[in-house]
Amino acid sequence: MNFDDTPQEAAFRAEARKWIDANAPKELEAELSKSSLGRIRLQKHDIVDVAKRWQKKKSDAGWACLHWPKDYGGRGASPVERVIWQQEEGVYGKLTQPFQIGEGMCGPTVMAYGSEADKRRYLPKLASGEEIWCQLFSEPAGGSDVAGLRTRAEKKGDEWVINGQKIWTSGAHYSDYGILITRTDPNVPKHKGLTMFYINMKSPGVEVKPIKQANGMQEFNEVFFTDLRVQDSQRLGAVGDGWNVSLTTLMNERMSIGARLATGFSEIFDFCSSLMTEDGLAIDDSATRSKLASWAVRNSGLKYTSYRAISALSKGERPGPENSIGKLVAGTMLQDIATYAMDLEGAAGVLNDPNVAEAAGQFQQMLLSSPSTRIAGGTDEILRNIIAERVLGLPGDIRVDKDVPFNKIPTKGR
Amino acid sequence: MNFEDTPQEAAFRAEARAWITANAPKQYEDELRKSSLGRTRLEGANVLEVAKAWQKKKADAGWACLHWPKDYGGRGSSPIERVIWQQEEGAFGKLSAMFIIGHGMCGPTMMAFASEEQKRHYLPPLASGENVWCQLFSEPSAGSDVAGLRTRAEKRGDDWIVNGQKIWTSGAHYSDYGILLTRTDPTAPKHKGLTMFFLDMKSPGVEVRPIKQASGQSDFNEVYFSDVKIPDAQRLGNVNDGWNVALTTLMNERMSIGAGVATGFPELFEFCNNLMLEDGLAIDDRNVRSKLANWAVRASGLKYTSLRAISALSKGERPGPENSIGKLVAGAMIQEVAMFALDLEGAAGVLNGPEAELAGKFQAMLLRAPGTRVEGGTDEIMRNIIAERVLGLPGDVRVDKDLPFNQIPTKGRA
Amino acid sequence: MNFDFSDEQKQLRDEARKFLTEKCSPKAVRAVLDGKASYDRELWQGLAEMGFLGVAIPENYGGAGAGHLELCVIAEEMGRALAPVPFSSTVYLAAEALLIAGSDVQKQKWLPKIAKGEAIGTLALFEGKGNPSPQAVKLAASGNALTGVKMPVADGAIADFAIVVARTGSGGRDSDISLYLAELKGEGVETKALSNIDPTRGQAEITFKNAKAEPLGRVGDGWSILTQVLDRAAVLMAFEQVGGSDRALEMGRDYALDRIAFGRPIGSFQAVKHMLADMYVSATLARSNSYYGAWALSTNSSELPEAAAAARISATQAFQHCAKNNIQVHGGMGFTWEFDCHMFYRRANATALGLGSLSYWEDQLIDRMRKKNAA
Repeated sequence: MNFDDTPQEAAFRAEARKWIDANAPKELEAELSKSSLGRIRLQKHDIVDVAKRWQKKKSDAGWACLHWPKDYGGRGASPVERVIWQQEEGVYGKLTQPFQIGEGMCGPTVMAYGSEADKRRYLPKLASGEEIWCQLFSEPAGGSDVAGLRTRAEKKGDEWVINGQKIWTSGAHYSDYGILITRTDPNVPKHKGLTMFYINMKSPGVEVKPIKQANGMQEFNEVFFTDLRVQDSQRLGAVGDGWNVSLTTLMNERMSIGARLATGFSEIFDFCSSLMTEDGLAIDDSATRSKLASWAVRNSGLKYTSYRAISALSKGERPGPENSIGKLVAGTMLQDIATYAMDLEGAAGVLNDPNVAEAAGQFQQMLLSSPSTRIAGGTDEILRNIIAERVLGLPGDIRVDKDVPFNKIPTKGR
Repeated sequence: MNFEDTPQEAAFRAEARAWITANAPKQYEDELRKSSLGRTRLEGANVLEVAKAWQKKKADAGWACLHWPKDYGGRGSSPIERVIWQQEEGAFGKLSAMFIIGHGMCGPTMMAFASEEQKRHYLPPLASGENVWCQLFSEPSAGSDVAGLRTRAEKRGDDWIVNGQKIWTSGAHYSDYGILLTRTDPTAPKHKGLTMFFLDMKSPGVEVRPIKQASGQSDFNEVYFSDVKIPDAQRLGNVNDGWNVALTTLMNERMSIGAGVATGFPELFEFCNNLMLEDGLAIDDRNVRSKLANWAVRASGLKYTSLRAISALSKGERPGPENSIGKLVAGAMIQEVAMFALDLEGAAGVLNGPEAELAGKFQAMLLRAPGTRVEGGTDEIMRNIIAERVLGLPGDVRVDKDLPFNQIPTKGRA
Repeated sequence: MNFDFSDEQKQLRDEARKFLTEKCSPKAVRAVLDGKASYDRELWQGLAEMGFLGVAIPENYGGAGAGHLELCVIAEEMGRALAPVPFSSTVYLAAEALLIAGSDVQKQKWLPKIAKGEAIGTLALFEGKGNPSPQAVKLAASGNALTGVKMPVADGAIADFAIVVARTGSGGRDSDISLYLAELKGEGVETKALSNIDPTRGQAEITFKNAKAEPLGRVGDGWSILTQVLDRAAVLMAFEQVGGSDRALEMGRDYALDRIAFGRPIGSFQAVKHMLADMYVSATLARSNSYYGAWALSTNSSELPEAAAAARISATQAFQHCAKNNIQVHGGMGFTWEFDCHMFYRRANATALGLGSLSYWEDQLIDRMRKKNAA
């Protein structure tokens, strides 16, 4: 066991560091380092523009999608090299946010199911950030139960005609392409009648409407399809095999390890280290210290769990669903930390104007955003099921809808 | 809303107090006051004998089972009078522990289902503590799932022949009678083939074996039945209607309100109030205070919840399953409280001999606490009860509901 | 003993619920949330007409002369409805301070106006971050003029007058603090609305520059009066929080019954069911502690300080717990602006801080229990 770079790794790190020093948008470093959960705002720039520029620059120099094959716009790097890159990229890594779904989910799915021509056409531009991709899975009636989706695709000649609605689509408003899962046969059990496609988001019949979130921001969208026409060649995987295709996508999401997961710990630690209360520095108070210590070990536990996964990956082992603990631990922690920080501020904790509030209102923003961390990409409850079933091997819930034709499944609870 | 006694209540209180002052076994008061969860010991005396003597004395003077009808050994008191009695009885009330199951569960079941003659014969000595009763429901293969029990009763002429095994029977070793739930029809679905009886624990074929608990003590027993003969006259309720009879028993258990559940809070508060740490009294430490405050409001919340239930009862309203919160809250709390007390003691917290702080009170609590979260309904069952009976949520999907009992699987995996 | 509200009080609750269901729908709350108004004036007038604003104000001061138990009943309903009006500032803080320490002239001047909905009052205590303490009060009273800055002040931008906590001595003792009553529309007072996590209840910064004010109670008694006011408000606010907890729990329960996933109502999955059961436990403990607080408040019992702190802690925890897990039960929809869940989440976290934070009250509770124990 060692945490030191091998000579090869050290050389890679030096090269990465040097390139980043020479090329990163340093003028944004301060703003980026202050941004935390629920808030990446740049005073004078559009975040997507800035992100696209940085991504293109990285791509031109061979630093984009490091673990992808070179033919598809990557570098063919090892998992450890990818982690080293992330460590060196530091706060600029926050600029990759608009591309994460494309790189982590859509790209791998196209890689697994697209034709060679499609891969060469779409993947390099995805890697370079010139084209942004989104993932169209969730629906109003199919949230945790993804396979409960109702968006219909019907074959008409060589084309499919799609009608329906998706929801919670991150970045749909600035995306160029998307992968879309549809129901092609409602007469068979729900997992068996699904088919996956990729679509051009600018096609006629695609309408994107932003969702205003509980925290007042708009990061997600509803996407409506009205007689959207898609070529059969845009199908990913066999007709009726969409569920298996989507599992590839979702598994890739969970494998995007080393991905920076905000826990709020460094923010609360800094805050308590400098906050003067009536009785002295907050961090000198035994109640505060006890809480900080509990959060500190959860934070470091997550960090080292991810290191262990990277080690496994670099030895060619497939990291398992153990990574599901990340979001589960981090979600609750963010919420608890935000609540406690506000408690320490006293009555003034209600204020959230960045110019008036303590720590520029970052904990208030964290409080209002944190509920979504416990829901998006798998609720806490779904993640616990995953751990119980796939890690511990416990039986699944009883599925009363398993062998029922989709159109016979009840849609109302009472 | 008021906490003052009405003139009648005040008179009752004065009478109770005068009688207790004149009659209680004062020599044990101090020891009783110090005893807590997992430990009622009296130096140089047998707790059982002291308890029986006190109960008999109360019964002779009309202070036993206050809310029962006079004909059956009670006093016909109101719920409030019962609470007043409990307040006045104070530490001596701890001596009723061995009668709680008889008074709270067996007695009410007899009252609802036995013949008039049986009630007059069995209930008065139950009330006076001359006869101790136990409840024989749980089995090795039927814990939370009580109706999964397998002890068989078969009709032979006017008698029933019982074979099988019960477990977790409190006080079986000193009990004179018990109520016993058996399976009389294994081909019917599981809730429909049960029948309830009462029996003499000294009957031939009944064998009681103590269970050594994780805490090292033995409060519970296994009870084996080998061809035990029970007359049909001792059947409670109809043949195969035992599940409904059992529900009466269990509902009475949950209605035994005012029966102050132990939370460990008063013990911990007193401990922290006296414990000197490096930096001064434990109770002056902010972290200790924060934890104490959280437990304080849970303990007071339980206390006032039970007072609300008593108020409802005294107005003729039936207190609902809301009382299930008592054990759920107290069980988890007593475990946390014990762990925190040990933590405050530092490395010496491991000791539980005479040299331990408070003679090992919190160590005993720690080791006994897991039992509280399991016995009489696990935390999980309690949450189900709250969710289903209070909040009206649907029950779990029961795969065994309509299956004949003898076709229900008995092993989780091959 | 009777540990419940009377039939008349329950009838009052039904009346208040009916009134608020009609006049304070989520849509009405949203009008304030979306910034279309600083508070719901029509509702405020309606509350006055129903007699709810003056329910605990004696008849000779224009109130209904009922009592604090009745006020607790109303407070619970206000919490359920997330009423976007300056009720807690005016009724729990300003009116209670007047009732405890006001001169007859002061009471005659302000209490009838409060009861009629013609005056909004508040308490100006905090000066930036931190919890109530005499040392933290910097705003100074000199003669009958105040100079200093208070923030946050709940409903400060819409209030007509404030009870201002001011320094009249130079030390950190309780006796260095006095209360003043200041009209906020007068000279030397500037108010500025501040953005806060719950836009349905405004917060403000108030700057006093040699502003005219009159003492409320004796000079030097300020801290002791304030402590009594905060204890009373803690009980009343606890009822609002209990009302909010219950409503959030009901919303979660209803959604769990209606929403289907995997072919079943999600409320049939233990993960969801147990989450709701735990919310119920918190809400029940909070309600019971609050009842005790209500009794102590209504009888002016010596147990009020302890009962108030217990009610405050328990109800704060319950509302935060129920509001956050109500969102969780609703899943993604719970995180939309469109669903009402976030309004409860915002209110829960805002009410957790308004009278001093949870950790402050934890500290208070243990202090008070110790004092009682020692006595």
